[in-house]
Amino acid sequence: MDLKQLYQDIILEHGKSPRNLGKCEGYNRDAKGYNPLCGDKVHIYLKVNSQKKVEGLTFEGEGCAISLASASIMTELIQGKSYEETKDIMSAFLNMIKNTSEIQSENLNEDQKIKLMSLSGVKQFPMRVKCATLSWHTLVSAIEGGKREVNTEVID
Amino acid sequence: MDINGIKSQFPIFSKKINGKPLIYLDSSNSSQKPLCVINRLNDFYRNEFSNIGRSIHSLAVNATNKFEETRVSVKNFIKAKFKEEIIFTKNATEAINLIATTFGQQNIKEGDEIIITELEHHSNYVPWHFLRETKKAVIKFVPINEDGDVSIDKLKKLITTKTKIIAVTHISNVTGTIVPIKEIVEIAHKKNIPVLVDGCQSVPHIKVDVENLDCDFYAFSGHKVYGPTGVGILYAKKKWLEKLPPYIGGGAMISEVKKDKITYAELPEKYEAGTMPTAEVITFSESIKFINSIGMDNLMKHEKEITNYALEKMKKINSVKIIGNPKNKAGVIAFTIKGIHPHDIATILDEEAVAIRAGHHCCQIFHEKMNLSATARVSIGVYNTKDDIDILCKAIENCRKIFDLK
Repeated sequence: MDLKQLYQDIILEHGKSPRNLGKCEGYNRDAKGYNPLCGDKVHIYLKVNSQKKVEGLTFEGEGCAISLASASIMTELIQGKSYEETKDIMSAFLNMIKNTSEIQSENLNEDQKIKLMSLSGVKQFPMRVKCATLSWHTLVSAIEGGKREVNTEVID
Repeated sequence: MDINGIKSQFPIFSKKINGKPLIYLDSSNSSQKPLCVINRLNDFYRNEFSNIGRSIHSLAVNATNKFEETRVSVKNFIKAKFKEEIIFTKNATEAINLIATTFGQQNIKEGDEIIITELEHHSNYVPWHFLRETKKAVIKFVPINEDGDVSIDKLKKLITTKTKIIAVTHISNVTGTIVPIKEIVEIAHKKNIPVLVDGCQSVPHIKVDVENLDCDFYAFSGHKVYGPTGVGILYAKKKWLEKLPPYIGGGAMISEVKKDKITYAELPEKYEAGTMPTAEVITFSESIKFINSIGMDNLMKHEKEITNYALEKMKKINSVKIIGNPKNKAGVIAFTIKGIHPHDIATILDEEAVAIRAGHHCCQIFHEKMNLSATARVSIGVYNTKDDIDILCKAIENCRKIFDLK
């Protein structure tokens, strides 16, 4: 296990100054996520247009560097994406965290892939996987209507 | 006895974690086990195993005797009056649930009040919450101050004619606050209110004398007292155990069973239904022997010294904030580092094989009160040394380095 792999500069930087914090203007979807093991919380705000594209994506939350960085990077990468593209990126992200270290998605350019791959170090720290995935699961919940709070104890 | 050499009695400390010697600072969660305890469990299963109770054969007689001898050891250890006042459960949580359920069934009705404190572990809150749900009882919280001390004056003011029970921790598992139980019991008893004490963090670390405290109920876990998992202990005054209804129904807790009538067993069997963790309970007597062999006075002195050393050193590290500053403090130190989340601290410390805990430590009420989402927690056991604290502090410095804190 390598701490440098986990705490890459980009993660520390996003953890310290997360992008897209707060409520985005005119949001029409939102969902909450909660990790009961550690008390981490996230609230995702989403603005989707009539073509089902993400026009705005922001979050509020408290948590560790990994969870804040993951949410922050996510909000950057998903701007402008459709539902289908978002789901594809998320499954590529989950696949990277759990299986490979690569990102396989046609919906991200090389720079975006490199940014997302900064989170691949989490794989070596099983106790921290949920920190990285909470905001993504909550995003999907927001897309799907966000009726129920996402709870990391009942998702993979 | 050289208490600094006690680590060598714990086999786990010869193992390496991430290639480094284990620095275990999570004893409030659960303690490590000395060789004598591990050997006893192994030996019982190899050479003596039998269930206890009804069987006539030699192994059963031996196991039953050893089980009851453990009950006497526990009684002597916490200075109870009668061995029937010691009930084995699976953990302290179950012990508290036992009282909340049976006491609630018999004594709580709509509008009755239960007093607990803002320091409580969830296990001394949730069981009472059940009574709030089922009986419409009211739960009142005794506030704590910034230091993490319970206000006795405020407790007095919360007591009304509707107060039916006070449930309070002996030592906080976050701030290490040692709560003045005797004083609380005196106040409560003047108004005929019984007191339940959560002793999970106290029994392994300070002298406990339940007769002297005069509390009605006292619960603790064996696994925090260098014993095996699966053993909880409920001490309750005999008058209560005789009066309260049984809790779990089944074998061993009955006297006579007919189609139209069941009578229950005498104490303590009335509260020990089904097969008990026989081997673990019997092994627990070895944990008590282990502590007695060190001597509680020596143990307390040692842990005090390590705790003070840790507090002094940790306070010197920039951006480390110790949570709470209680008048009397045991070896539990919750802290935060400005700019680093407790989970990141725990992960970085783990790389140095320093085991601490991060999160809310099952005390969300406390964290909410202190306006914190999580804390990191160091907790001291008998095996910890000043070297451990030095390594801890170096690892904390490493957190600061990784996060580039000034």
